[in-house]
Amino acid sequence: MESRYGNALYTPGHRACPGCAASLAVRTILQATGPDVIVITATGCVETFTSPYPYSPWGVPWLHPLFENAGAVASGVELALKKKGLSDKVKVIVIGGDGGTLDIGMGSLSGMFERGHDVLYICYDNEAYMNTGVQRSSATPVGATTMTSPAGKAAWGKERPKKNLAAIALAHDIPYVATASIGFPKDLMRKVKRAIEIRGPKYLDVHSPCPIGWGFDPSRMIEVAQLAVQTGLVPLYETGYNQPVKARRIGKKRPVEEYLRLQNRFRHLFEREDHEHLAAIQALADDNIARYGLLMEAAKEANK
Amino acid sequence: MADAILTSTLEPSAASAVQRAVGVTSVMEGSMAVSQAVKACRPAVISAYPITPQTHIVEFLAKMVADGELDAEYARVDSEFSAASVIGGASATGVRAYTASSSQGLLLMTEVIYYLAGTRLPVVITGANRGVSAPISLQPEHHDSQSLRDSGLIQLYVENAQEAYDAHIQAFKIAEDHQVLLPVMVCMDGYILTHVFEPVTTFDQAAIDAFLPAYDPIHYLSPERPMTFGPVADETNALEFHYLIQEAMQNAKKVVEAVAQEYKTTFGHYHGGLIDCYATQDAEIILVAMGSTVSTLREAVDQLRDEGLKVGLVKVRCFRPFPGDELCRAVQNATVVAVLDRALSMGSQGVLAGEVKAALYDAPHRPLVLGMLAGYGGREVTLETARDIVDRARRAADGSVIAPRVDFVGLKPEILASTRIQNGI
Repeated sequence: MESRYGNALYTPGHRACPGCAASLAVRTILQATGPDVIVITATGCVETFTSPYPYSPWGVPWLHPLFENAGAVASGVELALKKKGLSDKVKVIVIGGDGGTLDIGMGSLSGMFERGHDVLYICYDNEAYMNTGVQRSSATPVGATTMTSPAGKAAWGKERPKKNLAAIALAHDIPYVATASIGFPKDLMRKVKRAIEIRGPKYLDVHSPCPIGWGFDPSRMIEVAQLAVQTGLVPLYETGYNQPVKARRIGKKRPVEEYLRLQNRFRHLFEREDHEHLAAIQALADDNIARYGLLMEAAKEANK
Repeated sequence: MADAILTSTLEPSAASAVQRAVGVTSVMEGSMAVSQAVKACRPAVISAYPITPQTHIVEFLAKMVADGELDAEYARVDSEFSAASVIGGASATGVRAYTASSSQGLLLMTEVIYYLAGTRLPVVITGANRGVSAPISLQPEHHDSQSLRDSGLIQLYVENAQEAYDAHIQAFKIAEDHQVLLPVMVCMDGYILTHVFEPVTTFDQAAIDAFLPAYDPIHYLSPERPMTFGPVADETNALEFHYLIQEAMQNAKKVVEAVAQEYKTTFGHYHGGLIDCYATQDAEIILVAMGSTVSTLREAVDQLRDEGLKVGLVKVRCFRPFPGDELCRAVQNATVVAVLDRALSMGSQGVLAGEVKAALYDAPHRPLVLGMLAGYGGREVTLETARDIVDRARRAADGSVIAPRVDFVGLKPEILASTRIQNGI
């Protein structure tokens, strides 16, 4: 299928839901990379809403493999480019959801990191299996209700915190690991540009709120994304092998309740006045603030 | 075409010998023969994950790369799932790619194999046939590759190390033919063929380059011409994509035959096209088999012919696409056909036996078909086994015994009894 729509790298007309952060992330990422890329997209929302045959919004060469093998397929693409002498000219990027990245695609992604392929792997993290109708993934935050981790009389939603894939990526001693948010698109673009200039495996996590899965009005998507960062629940930073962790400061810390109250997936915590678990979530945010030095004062404290 | 199939030409004609490539014959392991063939096909990307009995092949290739004899990107991957995925990504980028596996590894690749076929990526994979757990066994069975029969993967089964060499060179040419564009697996019985040392004739690089030119992809990932690969199909168009794969499979029948003939002309070696017939024309009893068993059966046929029995042999060389018409023509004058299977579709019958019966249903003449599990569980198929099978077929044909639907050749009742006692049955 030819997918050129003028010179646009990602055209309108795809089937993403209103207020979709993942779609905005794709557009932002491609603005940063320019046209000389090959994009691999694991099965998931982005794959589904962009590629109903015979339509395609992709103005870059794009391949959807399977759910769990994007890292390995990207490795093969990268090796073929190397053999063709195109490694300097064409960059390989994976764009996968959190299910395809943190869960089912973890093995092939780890292999891609370990073998040192020159690939930028970007996870659009919408914190659950949204394409199949909002089921828990290992990226679902603690306390969130999903279709497979529903809150009920005997349950308060997901019981475990998010898997920290950025830390796992860093454990492969790869040159660049970063987290970003669709709430801060300039920061996202800067990180994508930085990443593709570095040779070797790179990992970038893009926090991507899902209005339908999380239960908020699509018009408030950016606000939700920004609050996730401003509360400290989603720390934005960049690092890499032998590199210090450079965190983006959050200015004034916002209480997690401001973020949680906007979303139906946490509503049960407020309805049942579950102060214990709300406090536990606040503690996670506070831990992040201290650990990554997200506040100016905290940063000073950390540097003492 | 039918005559060409029925008249198996093991020795090439004198006329074709004039332009034939010059080969060098030496004794080598079956796995080395495969790696030599793969090297000569100049794959750009090779992926490797160890599993017995396939491993020697990728070890030899690794050494060739390490020694600078083979200019390929070689990925030591984290699983067979990734092995198949890496060559898929490479093939989609427009280069020739190869991997090998066995048994559990082929099962782990299954989802990717369907994808490779559906995305029309013409990679070549060696399937070193081995049983599937449980119980874990290293011995040859065809369960692993035959479980992939519905995927769109072309499957060639070889009978000796020489054919393993020749078939790999043919496999890339078949896969990459623009009328085909499907993955091809060359299946060879583990140990019996991967680890056997036999005289193998290899050919010079120039002759192989002339036979197999560089891969010429129609579609591939490139920023110069952006394309969307792997889109979502639905009820309005998925059927048509499946139709096109089936059509490519039909095209592959002609291509498999043509490539085998061209190989014969160029290199003087011929092991059959879709099938290969041996002494079938006046045969009353015909044996049908795939893989290394065929070599043993050919010897058995010679012996039994000397004793006056009208026995023939059909080798099914290409299992997918299945040569139903060719097979029907080959067995049309027989009284009884005994199909030897190294795999059982549990709860049904031998996999090849089922295929043969299905093909014969539409034939004007339907001989009695007996399903024999011989070589299943890795049990050795000897000349005595072949004699036993022919004897059973003869008695079934004259009505002196009623053959079971699934005949477990060489079954040991004492092991069944002891296991049943342990289980209190």
